[in-house]
Amino acid sequence: MSPSNTPSQSVVEVKDLYAGYNDETVLKDINLTIEREDFLGLIGPNGGGKTTLLKVILGLLEPKKGTVRVMGKSPQRGRQHIGYVPQFAVFDSDFPISVHDVVRMGRLGPDRLFKSYTDKDDTIVNERLAWVDLAEQKDRPLSKLSGGQRQRVYIARALASEPELLLLDEPTISVDIEARAHIYDLLYEINQHGVTILLVSHDLNVISSYVKTIGCLNRTLHYHGEKEVTAEMLKSGYGCPVDLIAHGLPHRVLAEHERQP
Amino acid sequence: MSELLSYGFMRNALAAGVLVSLACGVIGTLVVLKRMVFISGGVAHTAYGGVGLAFYLGVNPLLGALVFSLLASLLMGYVQRQTHQRPDTLIGVMWAIGMAIGIVFADLTPGYKADLMSYLFGSILAVTQTDLWLMLIVDVIVIGVVILFYKELQASAFDETFARVRNLPVDLLYLILIAMIGLAVVMLMRVVGLIMIIALLTVPAAIGALFLKHMNKIMWLASGLSLVFTTGGLLLSYYLNLTSGATIILVSGAAYLFALLVRRLCKDCPE
Repeated sequence: MSPSNTPSQSVVEVKDLYAGYNDETVLKDINLTIEREDFLGLIGPNGGGKTTLLKVILGLLEPKKGTVRVMGKSPQRGRQHIGYVPQFAVFDSDFPISVHDVVRMGRLGPDRLFKSYTDKDDTIVNERLAWVDLAEQKDRPLSKLSGGQRQRVYIARALASEPELLLLDEPTISVDIEARAHIYDLLYEINQHGVTILLVSHDLNVISSYVKTIGCLNRTLHYHGEKEVTAEMLKSGYGCPVDLIAHGLPHRVLAEHERQP
Repeated sequence: MSELLSYGFMRNALAAGVLVSLACGVIGTLVVLKRMVFISGGVAHTAYGGVGLAFYLGVNPLLGALVFSLLASLLMGYVQRQTHQRPDTLIGVMWAIGMAIGIVFADLTPGYKADLMSYLFGSILAVTQTDLWLMLIVDVIVIGVVILFYKELQASAFDETFARVRNLPVDLLYLILIAMIGLAVVMLMRVVGLIMIIALLTVPAAIGALFLKHMNKIMWLASGLSLVFTTGGLLLSYYLNLTSGATIILVSGAAYLFALLVRRLCKDCPE
């Protein structure tokens, strides 16, 4: 990866953010700092504003109030450092395109208008495809791949941008359990290589074994830069998946005092 | 056949078939993949307002169609992207208003107006040398733009949000694309008439998308198929003494049904 800024700088800085659509304010008073090399899992119920927060960070939605900085810049300028992996099946999976050509889109940018792809682009594309174990599939049509493979293609596409931050929106929806584990193992490895990750999911059980810190978003954010799901998060009635405790939350996620009777 | 080619109007018609097929295959592929069929129909029908207005003012109807079609396409593009109204409703309304304007201006124009019908149903046999030059210019613009922005058009057709996050000018690309649809509509209007434009714009690309998995290959195949349909339909209409535009569309439609059947039956066909 290519860390181009001072190490002290946060990757994402959200301050006093209010955001939403038309008259409805979905996100209230959000403060969030994502430090370099973090692997932040953001959980929360559907409708809790997870996707809205991603849109604001990606500069696709203007905040109603507050500030957002990505790599110290406005989201519209900072997002060039973000590798975005969209929610599964939001677009046409029948689109006639090869795996290689999808990943190559990660190389696009305003400075590439009127210029062809280069050999360097191809080298990077092939390398990213190897990372996600799809080197041998590169000439196949995307539509012939399984859901899990397709998701890995989108991860490779995001990585082809050589991002500082990988941002994933529910990457394992409609992916079978085995493929799911493969994707999380992959993300863990990517994070080990120094890429900061922000992962949004409602699947606390799975992500808790891989992430470094956990936040809970249900219109307001509970985040302390720690791995523990705190009593506050679970008890405060913010609608975060309290019921998951009953199904056996992995032990290392729960804070010490939570495990005491 | 050589007897056919001795007619100047037939040579012009065949040349027109070649010229429209190029633009049709290229733009049609983007229309089909980006699911812009309805908006293309809207642009085509709104352009009729320009034809009527040009008749009233006594200028070349294709020029009127060109201006109206470009304005309509940009307006519809804007509506599609910016307003919070239901875009399909607004496009439907513009579609009808454009037609109505054309008819009212035709009413206001004194004299013989049968020629107006040829813009509704097409008249490839009436293509003039000037029309051919206009078509050539449209081809050069359309194909040039697509070559120039191929990777960006592909990226924003495939996943517009990702393209936007990569800071590609997706709104501008969309307006460029829809303006090119407007240009293509004007040339197709001459060949099959605005009522049937949608079919010739979409059928070749739709057949291509059934069998091929690369956008540029679909464009090539769609252009080729479009040429087969226009030429085949034209010859058939000549020998059977039928309306050329409608015959071209029926040939395309039959080919599409046949392609769907082949796709169905042959699950292991190479892709």
